[in-house]
Amino acid sequence: MTETTHQPQAQDKAEGAIARFLRATELDPRLIGMVGALLLIWVGFHLYGALVLGDGSFLTPRNLWNLSVQTASIGIMATGMVLVIITRNIDLSVGSIVGVTGMYMGLLQVEWLPQYVGLGHPMIWIVTVAFGIIMGALIGALQGGMIAYLSIPSFIVTLGGLLVWRGVAFLASSGRTISPVDSTFALIGGGPYGSIGATGSWIIAAIASAGVIWLVLNGRKNRRLHGFPLRPVWAEWFMGLLGCSIIVIATLIVNSYPWPKGILKDYYATLGQDVPEGVFIAHGYAYPVILLAVVAILMTILMTRTRFGRYVFAIGGNPEAAALSGINTRAMTVKIFALMGGLAGLAGVIASARLNSATNALGDLDELYVIASAVVGGTSLAGGVGTIYGAIIGALVLVSLQTGMVLIGFGDGSYRKIVIGAALVLAVYLDIIYRKRIK
Amino acid sequence: MSTNRGTPLVEMRDISISFGGIKAVDHVTVDLYPGEVVGLLGHNGAGKSTLIKCLSGAYQADAGEIRINGEKVEITSPRDARAQNIETIYQTLALADNLDAASNLFLGREIVNSFGFVDETKMEAETRKIMARLNPNFRKFNVPVSALSGGQRQSVAIARAVYFNAKILIMDEPTAALGPHETQMVAELIEELKKQGLGIFLIEHDIHNVMKLCDRASVMKNGQLVGTVNVNEVTDDDILGMIIMGKKPAKAA
Repeated sequence: MTETTHQPQAQDKAEGAIARFLRATELDPRLIGMVGALLLIWVGFHLYGALVLGDGSFLTPRNLWNLSVQTASIGIMATGMVLVIITRNIDLSVGSIVGVTGMYMGLLQVEWLPQYVGLGHPMIWIVTVAFGIIMGALIGALQGGMIAYLSIPSFIVTLGGLLVWRGVAFLASSGRTISPVDSTFALIGGGPYGSIGATGSWIIAAIASAGVIWLVLNGRKNRRLHGFPLRPVWAEWFMGLLGCSIIVIATLIVNSYPWPKGILKDYYATLGQDVPEGVFIAHGYAYPVILLAVVAILMTILMTRTRFGRYVFAIGGNPEAAALSGINTRAMTVKIFALMGGLAGLAGVIASARLNSATNALGDLDELYVIASAVVGGTSLAGGVGTIYGAIIGALVLVSLQTGMVLIGFGDGSYRKIVIGAALVLAVYLDIIYRKRIK
Repeated sequence: MSTNRGTPLVEMRDISISFGGIKAVDHVTVDLYPGEVVGLLGHNGAGKSTLIKCLSGAYQADAGEIRINGEKVEITSPRDARAQNIETIYQTLALADNLDAASNLFLGREIVNSFGFVDETKMEAETRKIMARLNPNFRKFNVPVSALSGGQRQSVAIARAVYFNAKILIMDEPTAALGPHETQMVAELIEELKKQGLGIFLIEHDIHNVMKLCDRASVMKNGQLVGTVNVNEVTDDDILGMIIMGKKPAKAA
């Protein structure tokens, strides 16, 4: 008797503590849920590997490093897709924009530019990257213009774009694969040389940690200035320490993935030396991952600190009210699609650099992974709701499922598609339940 | 009461606008003086809201002209209207439900700091100030306005119009969704704004509110102006006659 009466009380208290914790730290419960799901997937794949196959290979520096690189291009596009979906649109063409920008960048750096400046000239990769991003942005602006000014639904315009740009990419090279790309350009795709190394990674970690601490202190200063209630001091400490520990742990992981033997041999051969005994050169953060982090920070600032971001949310919440408030909703639509296109161009840079070639399959089906990432990350298809960090975690979840299935031996595609498809539907269903409960 | 005295604050002269061959507003002329409330009356579909949307910049008139303080102005967008200190409280309130009160209040006119970033804390502080004046019981500053009651949403919409020092206020059925207490609060606010010298166009269906709040009433029917009367010179029945029969009382101005 006593036990049964006591138990619910204990539970009440525990719930009270959790609620208090969430209120004090102002952490979004959905964020915690997403991170929890991600960790569950990681541990699940690792344990399956360890127990069933006798080799847990998921939670290894090597796999986690690869995971970060594979997430980069999808993650970058997902941050843009958040804006598109918040404003009640969709962009089905991003995979084809990756393909067409990748193809033209391939032609530009392999066949056109070297004729004028010579092979391996440092201008080649700069011009190529700028060209790819601008081309993507122009394609996006064109599609956005048709959606905004001709009132064609975005689903139709970008479905057309999906076919058109894929076709253009094929015609541009007459179906050839353009390879290899400029050697500097290829570094943007990651790999042993396309990473920043151990020291560089620690410098980035130091800057990022300083950023976290500045955010905490500045937030507190701002609240005090306007006389708003302050977070408890322990909560500020907790948030600061949490942010810094995540950064340090991530850095430790990428810094414990060494260069493979073959690369070491090549590297020391070019130096004219033998490989020293027991040498350990760490990868550190790969360039595409650094790009993803920079894009994520800039997009978060754009969405939370600028008028542009405000208007994106307002248009999603009530397009009519936004227009009546003097917001030029049509121009906003063009800008949002141009931004999405530009990010797809950047993803095209990373994808073609990583493959070291421009192929006709580049970016194929990416649109679905990108949309799924945004939606799994809590972006509402009804509009008005979504976060950049959510989309990136969503991308991590999807890429984790994809690579995890390969690692545990279900890599032939069919099982992978079933699992990812089911995960997408499940994630959205859980989100719907969550939203209903908080209402 | 408001016999013509000097230059009107707003003159809408000979305004016409049609949608697909239907004349929603047909050569209508109305005016508004400082410190005056002009009621716009008529059946649903009489053209009141359409007429007023030409002034707030949501629509553009096909013909006619708008004068502010005697000077002809072009209002082609809500932004133009705001630049003329014209603020509108729409019947639908025109709030973005997913944003909080401060974001809605400053929508399209966000306070930015020297870096061009939106100054969220300043905006919230300003919102707290104006809401303390308009609706002292308002506490829900950090939730989306979808979580607010009808009256609270209304006070956000009103705060938005009042905060930016409107000279001309358009209120489209401001009390339609409100309880008696809140309706009284809106009535008091209109009186206060009148004293400050604002001109108010009030679209209203409730004839008692019209008699209580308005100085003059302009009645529309089928897109045309039936007439404009001084409210203290006519009876409820005169105005109802104008609305229903489109008949102007003999003694009206």
